[in-house]
Amino acid sequence: MKYDAIILGAGLSGLAAGIRLACFDKKVCIVEKHVEIGGLNSFYQMKDRWFDVGLHAMTNYSPKGVRSSPLGKLLKQLRFKHEDFQLCQQKESEISFPGVSLRFSNDFELFRQEISEKFPNQIDGFDQLTQRIRDHDDLSLKSGFLSSRSVLAEYLTEPKLAEMLFCPLMFYGNPQADDMDFTQFTIMFKAIFLEGFAKPLGGMRHILKLMVDKYKSYGGELRLGRAVKSLNLSSEEVNSVTLSKGEELQAETVISSIGYAETMRLCAPEKFPEDSLQDGEISFVESQYVLNVQPSEIGYDKSIVFFNTKDEFSYRKPKEMVDLASGIVCCANNFDYPKEQEGLIRFTFLANPDLWFGLSRTEYKEAKSYWQKKTLEAVVGFLPDFRDSVVFLDTFTPKTIKKFTGHANGAVYGSPVKIRDGKTPVKNLFICGTDQGFLGIIGATLSGVTVANIYGLKASY
Amino acid sequence: MTRDDVRNAVIGILTDIAPDEDFDALKDEEKLRDQFDLDSMDFLDIVMELRKRYNIEVPEADYEQLVTMTSCIDYLQPLLKNQQMAS
Ligand SMILES: Cc1cc2nc3c(=O)[nH]c(=O)nc-3n(C[C@H](O)[C@H](O)[C@H](O)COP(=O)(O)OP(=O)(O)OC[C@H]3O[C@@H](n4cnc5c(N)ncnc54)[C@H](O)[C@@H]3O)c2cc1C
Repeated sequence: MKYDAIILGAGLSGLAAGIRLACFDKKVCIVEKHVEIGGLNSFYQMKDRWFDVGLHAMTNYSPKGVRSSPLGKLLKQLRFKHEDFQLCQQKESEISFPGVSLRFSNDFELFRQEISEKFPNQIDGFDQLTQRIRDHDDLSLKSGFLSSRSVLAEYLTEPKLAEMLFCPLMFYGNPQADDMDFTQFTIMFKAIFLEGFAKPLGGMRHILKLMVDKYKSYGGELRLGRAVKSLNLSSEEVNSVTLSKGEELQAETVISSIGYAETMRLCAPEKFPEDSLQDGEISFVESQYVLNVQPSEIGYDKSIVFFNTKDEFSYRKPKEMVDLASGIVCCANNFDYPKEQEGLIRFTFLANPDLWFGLSRTEYKEAKSYWQKKTLEAVVGFLPDFRDSVVFLDTFTPKTIKKFTGHANGAVYGSPVKIRDGKTPVKNLFICGTDQGFLGIIGATLSGVTVANIYGLKASY
Repeated sequence: MTRDDVRNAVIGILTDIAPDEDFDALKDEEKLRDQFDLDSMDFLDIVMELRKRYNIEVPEADYEQLVTMTSCIDYLQPLLKNQQMAS
């Protein structure tokens, strides 16, 4: 038997692609290496508590009834109702730099107001920049790099404001060090400032369950705990895939969400030169603290804070294991939940994957607890001291991300080189998700939909 | 299927794809895109649903035939004339 499509990876993009194809009667099999679905945005259980792996918040919040926004598009394409996702909106977030901070919410006017107060001579330039972003076609599948730094310099004369804009947009979706592709900048600007944040009630577990149930209801197959070991090529086409236990599955089309370089390295017998494959190196350490109080009770009411403690914002692989100068603090409680949840604060810092990978088992354990302390100290520098209220804590590193998702270097946003049109040198092998270039929860899901539409559905004529 | 049946079949598909839109007020001679909030992903879904429900193929080159309700009926009725409505 031959599948119409085999999909590598049951993360958000793989599941979304699977739903689209199965919905229209394609014979589809998703193969997932891990024993659980979700990939970079999965969930896990520890001491009777459920945790989300990647979820700070979903970006791209748009209200019910809007069909043309990224969220609206993916809901309709996957046949979900807005209320299915149970989204609870943020209260208020902040970008905090030495001496100045900018508040923002899901109402863009607040952010504009803040900029006009704190940077009065920049607001005209900012408005023009916003207009350019609104007009930019960011869902285009054409590749090409335009430096955001040079574009921003056309509109803003105050470098600090540019740095403050970059901080959240880079942290939430830049695979590249120092600069950012302008299309990517536009995607993230719309996702964060023009649209905004929300969290699903029930966490990622809820969203992923909706997706996998829908996929199976259309007859889609899912193999968990099976890695694809090789993509077997002949005459520039992939004919079959071999799984970890030796099983071989035939397919007309293969769609991979595991990363471009990671995918091409599985091709056999033909090899693709390593210098054509570029791994990302932007990775993070993240700690989650469960508290026995509500953060608002100890005087903390922000949803998400992007902070930077130096004059310049540095977004690159740090020289040390962790860069303490900047980071993200996310407080799950400070979203509009219908009922109170257990206190939860998580924070995220840039990390150097090589240094983390180079450690022995004991060194790794020691480093983890050392940096746990250091990051906590850095954060209670500007947060109310919550150390007496901690009841549980967990930390993950680039090594954890690599182990559970297979992304080289634990690079959360994949390779700096994106394959916007999803094509590879192999005729019937396509890339979706992280390395296609739509990032984040909503981005990855929309990527799966888009790639499945073009190469799985239209191609059938 | 008669022309009326084809019209109902298309409305049935549109209602599933865009449940929030009100298709009672649809004007057959005007472009669907101008009357409702439909994008290229929706048009792909119309084509995919036609294939799923009635087993007919609309090649990409013919998508432009689906621009108004009247043009949909003109294009689809010959293809559907020997079929019954899907439930
Ligand atoms: C710490 C962290 C925080 C984040 N925070 C947010 C946030 O707050 N908001 C937001 O929108 N986004 C966030 N993200 C980003 C978001 O999680 C990702 O962009 C998105 O989940 C990517 O989905 P994907 O389908 O492209 O890739 P993945 O989820 O990586 O899917 C790939 C899947 O392929 C599997 N796989 C790998 N190799 C093989 C193989 N050989 N055979 C079979 N299967 C294989 C992997 O196990 C994985 O499940 C965060 C990510 C991380 C890590």
